[in-house]
Amino acid sequence: MRRLFRRLSINNNPGWVFIFPSLGLILLLGLPLLALVWRAIGKDFFSNALSPTSLTALKLSLVTSTSTVLVAIATGTPLAYILARWKFRGKNALELLVDLPVVLPPSVAGLALLIAFGRTGVFGAWLNSIGITLPFTTVAVVMAQTFVSAPLFVGAAREGFAAIDEQIEEAALVEGANEWQVFRFIMAPLAGRAFLAGLILTWTRALGEFGATILFAGNLIGKTQTMPLAIYLGFETNLGVAIALSVMLMVVSIVLLGLMRRLERRSNVDTHPE
Amino acid sequence: MKKFTLLVFLFAAILLASCGPAATATPAPTAVPPTATMVPPTDTPVPSTATPAPRTLTVFAAASLTGSFTEIGKDFEAANPGVTANFNFAGAQVLSTQIIQGAAADVFASANHTYMDNLVTANLVAQGTPKDFVTNVLEVILPPNNPANLQTLQDLAKPGLKLILEDKSVPAGTYSLQILDNLSKDATYGADFKTKVLANVASYETDVKGVVAKVQLGEGDAGIVYVTDAIAAPTLKTIVIPTNFNVVAKYPIAALTKAPQPDLASAFVAYVLSADGQAIMKKWGFTTVTP
Repeated sequence: MRRLFRRLSINNNPGWVFIFPSLGLILLLGLPLLALVWRAIGKDFFSNALSPTSLTALKLSLVTSTSTVLVAIATGTPLAYILARWKFRGKNALELLVDLPVVLPPSVAGLALLIAFGRTGVFGAWLNSIGITLPFTTVAVVMAQTFVSAPLFVGAAREGFAAIDEQIEEAALVEGANEWQVFRFIMAPLAGRAFLAGLILTWTRALGEFGATILFAGNLIGKTQTMPLAIYLGFETNLGVAIALSVMLMVVSIVLLGLMRRLERRSNVDTHPE
Repeated sequence: MKKFTLLVFLFAAILLASCGPAATATPAPTAVPPTATMVPPTDTPVPSTATPAPRTLTVFAAASLTGSFTEIGKDFEAANPGVTANFNFAGAQVLSTQIIQGAAADVFASANHTYMDNLVTANLVAQGTPKDFVTNVLEVILPPNNPANLQTLQDLAKPGLKLILEDKSVPAGTYSLQILDNLSKDATYGADFKTKVLANVASYETDVKGVVAKVQLGEGDAGIVYVTDAIAAPTLKTIVIPTNFNVVAKYPIAALTKAPQPDLASAFVAYVLSADGQAIMKKWGFTTVTP
């Protein structure tokens, strides 16, 4: 704080150019969250937060977002590697495909999933004929979350891979390592930090997914009603429950962010021993 | 530096883009005050055909009123030059919460009395002003090809069916549960009818439009919605719910006490209750209150 004032007071250092605009954004980001916590504090908070509806939603949210993260790691890591290192025709189109879900509204994602994998959908009709029905299932929730959040992981991992000095790989290849070994023992450890950043983004985005879920997976307690859906319905009936759930989701997100940051710091120490 | 300018520009574009839809939902600041009064009088006489200052009327209406109110809105705009009628269609429960939390609306039309009463309690609607303007009943809808081959109401209890209902916070959802209660009291359906039917529910949607869309796409085998929703989606098959089991939904409408455009608000309410307005409501399948 004192440093802030000192910066303001020095004439030839126009610190306010940075401080005042930032303040606007800080207030916009901070005030609503503060208001939410302010309103949540009360004797009903725990009865609202620990109600069966909110606990069921919390559990489902944690299970589905964790599954999403695992799917993103398993499928996104190799894809990120391909995008970072291989050169092939149609690579631009593939990059566009991976980036698109990030900018698309979730409602478009949900509709697209429904049109593709719905019971009467373009591919869903065939799936249905072999006995697989996806809409209104927990799998559909994971699919919706993966669609909107896995590209964030791919993006982060791709940048992580791209940042690695190619000479290191070349050296390993010269020493007789194959591409898998280069990936496993050189690329993956060196990109660890980018991975974790991608993980944070993917996990929190999956946790907050609403639009695609309600369209593709619907809303059923214990099966497809994740926390954001429970908050929306709580908002309609009982604002107290919605606020309590929102604060819980905020706390879960803060814990996740904090945990990831710690891991990130530790991995930095590991990969860059001083 | 060039990069910085580009960034600022991009940020501004994002801001603009994200403000767009929000502004249509609660267009309070865009509601232009009657500027005509501020214009200094000119010597030349103003011709009578001069267009009045543009004004915006904001109506919050239950999702089941989407088709009918859109048409009424066009007529209302035609009858009142310079007026733009903006609608926010959603579940009545969402709208009522939005109004209580300070959304600037002129008129509220609900699909049940509960959410209107909430506004009366909050002094946002004057006591005694809400008027019932239509009633509606419910119906079972089926996808055009009727994949589960449902013929009667009893079939709703068939195991393995995918039924789509509204959440109980949505008026139509409460009505659906009441209908299932009514059916369960009847010996032909059996006391466990409701339990069996509810075991088939695949999703509780947040408004009737969600139910219609999912049944229309064939994702659900059946849904319970208003008769008017079924009329608006003519490709759907229907199963009629007999009057003795059905629920009559009464729709109240009222101008809000904090309406930014109070005169337009009461004019719109009057138009909905007028013979012209009622004729449009009837066309969309509602039962009018004043025959």
